[in-house]
Amino acid sequence: MIWNPNKECMSRDEMSALQGKRLHKIVEYVYHNVPFYRNKLQEMDIRPDDIQTIEDIKKLPFTTKKDLRDNYPYGLQAAPQSEIIRVHASSGTTGNPTIVGYTRKDIGVWSECMARCLTAYGVTREDTFSVAYGYGLFTGGLGAHYGVEHIGAACIPAGTGNTEKHLKLIRDLGITGLACTPSYALYLAETMDKLGIRKEDIKLRVGAFGAEPWTENMRQEIQERLGLKGYNIYGLSEVMGPSVSYECQMQHGSHICEDHFYPEIINPVTLESLPDGQTGELVFTTLTKEGMPVLRYRTRDLCSLLPGTCDCGRTAVRMSRIQGRSDDMLIIRGINVFPSQVESVVLSMPEFAPRYMLVVDRVNNLDTLQVQVEIRQEFFTGVFDTPAAIDQLEKKLAQKLKSVLSIAAKVQLKAPNTIERSQGKSAHVIDKRKL
Amino acid sequence: MKENSSQNHSALPLGGERGEGLYFNPSYETLSRPEIEALQLERLQKTVRHCMNNEFYRKKFAELGITPDDIKTLADVRKLPFTTKQDLRDTYPFGMSCVPLRDCVRLHSSSGTTGNPTVILHTQKDLDEWANQVARNLWMVGLRPDDVFQNSSGYGMFTGGLGFQYGAEKLGMLTVPAAAGNSLRQIKFIKDFGTTAIHAIPSYLTRLYEVMQQEGVDPRRDTKLKVLAIGAEPHSEEQRKRIEEMMGVKAYNSFGMSEMCGPGVGFECPEQNGMHFWEDYYIVEIVNPETLEPVPDGEIGELVLTTLCREAMPLLRYRTRDLTRVLGRSCPCGRNHVRIDRMKGRSDDMIVLRGVNIFPIQIEKILMQFPEVGTNYLITLVTEDNNDQMIVEVELNEATDDYNAVQSLAKEIRHRLGDEILLKPIVRVVSKGSLPVSEGKAVRVVDKRKVYQ
Amino acid sequence: MTIHQLSIFIENRSGTLIKVLDALKTANIQIIASTIADTAEYGIYRLICSEPMRACEELKKAGVAVALSDVFALEIDDQPGRAADVIKTFSEAGISIAYLYSFLLRGKGILIFRTDNTELAVKIIEDNQLRSISEESLQGLA
Repeated sequence: MIWNPNKECMSRDEMSALQGKRLHKIVEYVYHNVPFYRNKLQEMDIRPDDIQTIEDIKKLPFTTKKDLRDNYPYGLQAAPQSEIIRVHASSGTTGNPTIVGYTRKDIGVWSECMARCLTAYGVTREDTFSVAYGYGLFTGGLGAHYGVEHIGAACIPAGTGNTEKHLKLIRDLGITGLACTPSYALYLAETMDKLGIRKEDIKLRVGAFGAEPWTENMRQEIQERLGLKGYNIYGLSEVMGPSVSYECQMQHGSHICEDHFYPEIINPVTLESLPDGQTGELVFTTLTKEGMPVLRYRTRDLCSLLPGTCDCGRTAVRMSRIQGRSDDMLIIRGINVFPSQVESVVLSMPEFAPRYMLVVDRVNNLDTLQVQVEIRQEFFTGVFDTPAAIDQLEKKLAQKLKSVLSIAAKVQLKAPNTIERSQGKSAHVIDKRKL
Repeated sequence: MKENSSQNHSALPLGGERGEGLYFNPSYETLSRPEIEALQLERLQKTVRHCMNNEFYRKKFAELGITPDDIKTLADVRKLPFTTKQDLRDTYPFGMSCVPLRDCVRLHSSSGTTGNPTVILHTQKDLDEWANQVARNLWMVGLRPDDVFQNSSGYGMFTGGLGFQYGAEKLGMLTVPAAAGNSLRQIKFIKDFGTTAIHAIPSYLTRLYEVMQQEGVDPRRDTKLKVLAIGAEPHSEEQRKRIEEMMGVKAYNSFGMSEMCGPGVGFECPEQNGMHFWEDYYIVEIVNPETLEPVPDGEIGELVLTTLCREAMPLLRYRTRDLTRVLGRSCPCGRNHVRIDRMKGRSDDMIVLRGVNIFPIQIEKILMQFPEVGTNYLITLVTEDNNDQMIVEVELNEATDDYNAVQSLAKEIRHRLGDEILLKPIVRVVSKGSLPVSEGKAVRVVDKRKVYQ
Repeated sequence: MTIHQLSIFIENRSGTLIKVLDALKTANIQIIASTIADTAEYGIYRLICSEPMRACEELKKAGVAVALSDVFALEIDDQPGRAADVIKTFSEAGISIAYLYSFLLRGKGILIFRTDNTELAVKIIEDNQLRSISEESLQGLA
């Protein structure tokens, strides 16, 4: 089934023409509504009329996460505040999160893309679909939720946590679809074993898994243990949220909603465009977004665009699995975490030395984050003669970390000078997960 | 009356009426009493007929020997059977539904893994009507599309999150799904986004203020707040006043329950003299919880609600177990929808803590899964540093000197309870014989908060 | 009336305790009494020693997280029930004991403890003529 054949199966020429038209419009729109882009374009001596075809995109400047941070909170917003009806936030590289505002039309486009995605998985209004991504500022929950309602399936806003109750509902309500991170799907399987629920007892048949990198082996294991077919879903809040791209029944790459999000692959060092088939950094330009459009946003995700057409009938271009990152961002339980965020918190507390280590692991299929910090000798005073006092200090740091990272981290206090000092990009991270 | 009685009830405000002057749905909000009652009768008759699509209600009607045609006046609502939470549990999961599942687009469910949870279904129209009620409420207290609405309520199965999200978006406000907790980030958003309205449970707002003080943030000086919406947990007028003084803005009471839809059922107007319950959506009765007879206006009794516009799961005379009273049926604000007092208590042993509904039996069932502990336990509810807390104390079966084992037992109990009741209490495993033994009916819950008065 | 106790943060890893003890040995510090309050990840090593000020400086030089805490030291007769008598006095005055450890010294029992109200505890000790003992006496110097 195809939700919107007009758009998903457009001929290449028609698509390029549509993209060119929309690109011109969006450039004109940001030129007149976002000072940041107007200045950039003027500096490069580009006027909106210079952008006529999709090929002209190469003339445009890139946008980075740092640009979003420098213009926090509303600097890149194009629509007036009264038109914005929603904001989502994702983690920034330091204290400030990245803020994305959506107009009513944006939410509509997003629901449409999500409907395309779910339909490609074979979900219909007959299905009962549980959304077990986090709800709230994270785009996963509400994004999937609006899509499920849009196609008319019954949406169960399960959210994260409370796994046993969730499983009870999956069994008792005959839930047929599930959206969550792949690691949470495995955790569900684990909990099923613990409770003695067999896959024959449940009716799950479709899984929409994303928000973190996963492997083909994980897919096999999830499918085997939950008795469903698992599909990849990809998205990022800076561009929209989940459903920027999605797998079809062929499961050979994820189709990009390219009438809304124009993809490019570049060499992350030289910033030159790479041909289809070659791995590089994925870059998106939003072609229809009103709230916060971005031009050539550097996702830092490494992947390739697949050449050739897909047997499912969709002509929309496909992207490969994400093969890595061109920065030091970690994805933990679907949440983006930058070591620099931890650094900014540690540096703000004089009780700790400016040294830290993130230890990421996967225990029972759930990601864990431990932050090791050294207590500063000058700050270790007589009040710290009981474990309770030390616990309190740990708790204080844990709370600050939670507020910046959006996920809980376990704090481990170390004696002075025990965290190894090393140099280089991964100096602050030990990732024990095997991905 | 603009209501046309075609197959669907969607002649309601949707689309046509959206915010003029003081009212979001002017022609519905300002109906006279006779008009309200005429509309209610018409919708009640339609709802009762619709209920005949459901086996549970068909049986109930047969038992009582009534048919939809017996509902001739509004007073005939008393001929209808009551519906209880137990009925919802007994018909779990889909037994209360009046439409095919394929017409449903949403499901909410109460907490709990022990026993059957309750399941509430919604069609797309139910969701639209729900959003309309919430938008109506927020408009009523002066919010407009230029406002920034931060929803600091739990999302997911808890209806306070999605309910206010859809309503605030419908009104056209910039809506921040901040969700509950993480006070530092909440404060950052309030400042950075110029948040003008917050929805949260009252105990969380006091907590938020505390953190603001620690961070040197003065809500009057450093924020653009102008309205607070509070609900989902019982609180006193003093508590509301304290919140208003702290934050320097008005705090309006909200009433909702997932069985009706969620938040939106009733809300205070700027007069702050009781919550207007929307009688175009519900029939409101107050009954004596023992005799189930109606009590006169002004007298405290159990709130009973009948839905008038629900498609997926209409409920007749649903016993909310909340104790309250009718304050009046007219108001200087121009709305004649009944004004209901803040909740005064419960007619069952349900605990409402930080917006979460908890039955002591849920806790007991979890505790009894641990062979290490005995049958004597005590639940204490306290307010510490403006934060409502639950302390669960349970006795150890046998003495031990393994401190680590006791600690990890307490931790495991806390974790399991967290899964069951959705919030993690403080768990104290105490030695045998250290909890009071009561004569007769055991006292399991000690509520030291001052929430009802 | 209080004496000095060293409170030392040590991680629950092999080699962390010996690092502390080695530093004390090198500095020629004598340990009179010690105890560890442990959790899963770390411990607080509490000790009474000769020359606590110098010991603290030496440990700091060795990179150890160490601090001085003020604790009470009471002498009791080495007989059943004496500890109960003493602690009851505090309990009746509404004073909580944060932690306590004890040892025998020259035929007498010594209780080392910290309370949540030092001022009141001093008064209780004076009023009840409990035998507080000095740092010098513990070190065998007085």
